[in-house]
Amino acid sequence: MSTVIKTDGLTKRFPRVTALDRLTVEVQPGVVGLVGANGAGKSTLIKILLGLSPATEGTGQVLGLDIATQGAEIRERVGYMPEHDCLPPDVSATEFVVHMARMSGLPAAAARERTADTLRHVGLYEERYRPMGGYSTGMKQRVKLAQALVHDPQLVLLDEPTNGLDPVGRDEMLGLIRRVHTDFGISVLVTTHLLGELERTCDHLVVIDGGKLLRSSSTASFTQATQLLAVEVTDHPTDRAFDSETVLRERLTAAGLRVRADGSRILLVELAGDDTYDTVRDTVDDLGLGLIRLEQRRHRVAEIFSTRLDENDENDENDQHGGNDEHGEHGGTGEEHEEHEQQAAAVPAGGEQA
Amino acid sequence: MTTPAQSHRGVIHDIGYRPYTGPRLGRRYATRSLYVQGLRAAFGLGRSGKSKVLPFLLFGGLVLPTMAIIAIVAFAGLKQMPMDYTEYLSYFGVLAQIFLAAQAPVLMSRDLRHHVVPLYFSRPASRGDYVAAKFASMFSALMILLTLPLLVLFLGAMLNSFPFGENLAHLCYGLVAAVLYALLYSALGLAIAAATPRRGFGVAAIMGGLMITSGLAQIVRGLTGGFSSVPSESSHWAELISPTRTIEGLVNKVFGTGGDNFDKMLAPGTTGVLVYAAVIVLLTAGSYALTLRRYRNV
Repeated sequence: MSTVIKTDGLTKRFPRVTALDRLTVEVQPGVVGLVGANGAGKSTLIKILLGLSPATEGTGQVLGLDIATQGAEIRERVGYMPEHDCLPPDVSATEFVVHMARMSGLPAAAARERTADTLRHVGLYEERYRPMGGYSTGMKQRVKLAQALVHDPQLVLLDEPTNGLDPVGRDEMLGLIRRVHTDFGISVLVTTHLLGELERTCDHLVVIDGGKLLRSSSTASFTQATQLLAVEVTDHPTDRAFDSETVLRERLTAAGLRVRADGSRILLVELAGDDTYDTVRDTVDDLGLGLIRLEQRRHRVAEIFSTRLDENDENDENDQHGGNDEHGEHGGTGEEHEEHEQQAAAVPAGGEQA
Repeated sequence: MTTPAQSHRGVIHDIGYRPYTGPRLGRRYATRSLYVQGLRAAFGLGRSGKSKVLPFLLFGGLVLPTMAIIAIVAFAGLKQMPMDYTEYLSYFGVLAQIFLAAQAPVLMSRDLRHHVVPLYFSRPASRGDYVAAKFASMFSALMILLTLPLLVLFLGAMLNSFPFGENLAHLCYGLVAAVLYALLYSALGLAIAAATPRRGFGVAAIMGGLMITSGLAQIVRGLTGGFSSVPSESSHWAELISPTRTIEGLVNKVFGTGGDNFDKMLAPGTTGVLVYAAVIVLLTAGSYALTLRRYRNV
């Protein structure tokens, strides 16, 4: 099995909005993050992948099965954890998961056995016999994950699995998701609107916005290509009319760096290598300004989106290229990491362009 | 006392994740499982003790009077049953209506309210399978509720050595009526229950719908002279207002049942039979289609 999910020009139009717009993406086995703001089309994509909602245009395959004609076969091999609460409060976790296992086609005895195993794997023990109404959010999320895994699918689609969890719960859930792939051998597609938390978990990230593919690349290349420095400087000590931000921006751009403003005082400089720090320091010193802030910025999806606005043309090429690279299970190993670093240095914004 | 089995106790092996290699029975098995679960849930089985109370109370309420009738017949030495099979359903059918009102939301609203429906649809069974399974559950539950008293009555008739052939024929009339009630009630009840995730609304809407239309039918019939000493035939058309009375009228006309009561439901003429039958079919099919439509975009 080489490709887990493959879409070609997938489009979904509703009467008023276009939820997916010619989405072409290929996902290899491993843990893949699907990132996008609310309303970016993540849930629509999942529905289409499950064969529940027909695409307006385009084709797609899940586990080599056609989404338009083999929906039932896909749903037998795929697990789905929805974003919202989906647990009846007056039923115990065991009863609920057994029922869901049977709904996936498991015979009664196997359903019970698999339920016990799966609940243990997600970390639910004695409490699994209690009604789920009394569960904490963390426990509920575990039951939701268990019902998606109980029939031993080849792929699970997890919709916002860390929603509503505290930091500890979130880390545990992310660890669990990682284990689903490493220990259970099940491929994972996990959606979120928080990019940061997926950096540690995923091998590969797919970013969509407004139903369009923004980027599809290994997690390593992703963080590498989009590293930013936030720079803030003082006003000129003597010359009041001196616009230090504008001048600094011009100087840095002249030095071959990509700079944009973030708010009124902070400049975001793309990190092209270690000497970027030196360039910034020397430039500021040269202007006789004081350096207030020089820090690495953690990326949020919003920033990738604003980058896209600046670089529409380049990213259109990215769409073409999206997903054709071969970082599945091994994404993030040293060798590939280096390779991406070189690419990133050569084409700072594109990242994936060969 | 140490047997080999006991010596192995207390050792927990962490065997890690085991992939499932057994059979996957697919869509039809899943639909069947959903049907069985729904049928059990309709009687409160597999749910809390409290939820078993009402279904079994109604079940008892439908069956116990038959025992009483049989006892009376035996002790008083009556020459025939005081009540026909179809009549029994007309008199005690209200209990089946309460059952429908209470349990149809159990089958539909709960899944909607707790958002379990998307979990079903992400599995092999399709939306159509889901509705079909729930419909079959409700239909079967109502059939159990409606046919068991008829069978008890028939048994009682046989014990009192009443004529076999006539009783068998009338039992069959009763069974046909039961099937019609169960089909129409299930379709109506599930369509209403699927419209709201709130169980209380569902209960009230189903009960209110069946009761109000039934009362309304009687009122309109009375106003058009249906209860005078020489009832006008046209007043019978008022029965069409109520699903329950439509079935009653159709069954009485077709099988000639319902006794000689002047106020019994009766479809007027051959046209009446056709119209009543058409209304029942349309109402059942329409409600079913509406339920299917309800789940198209979940």
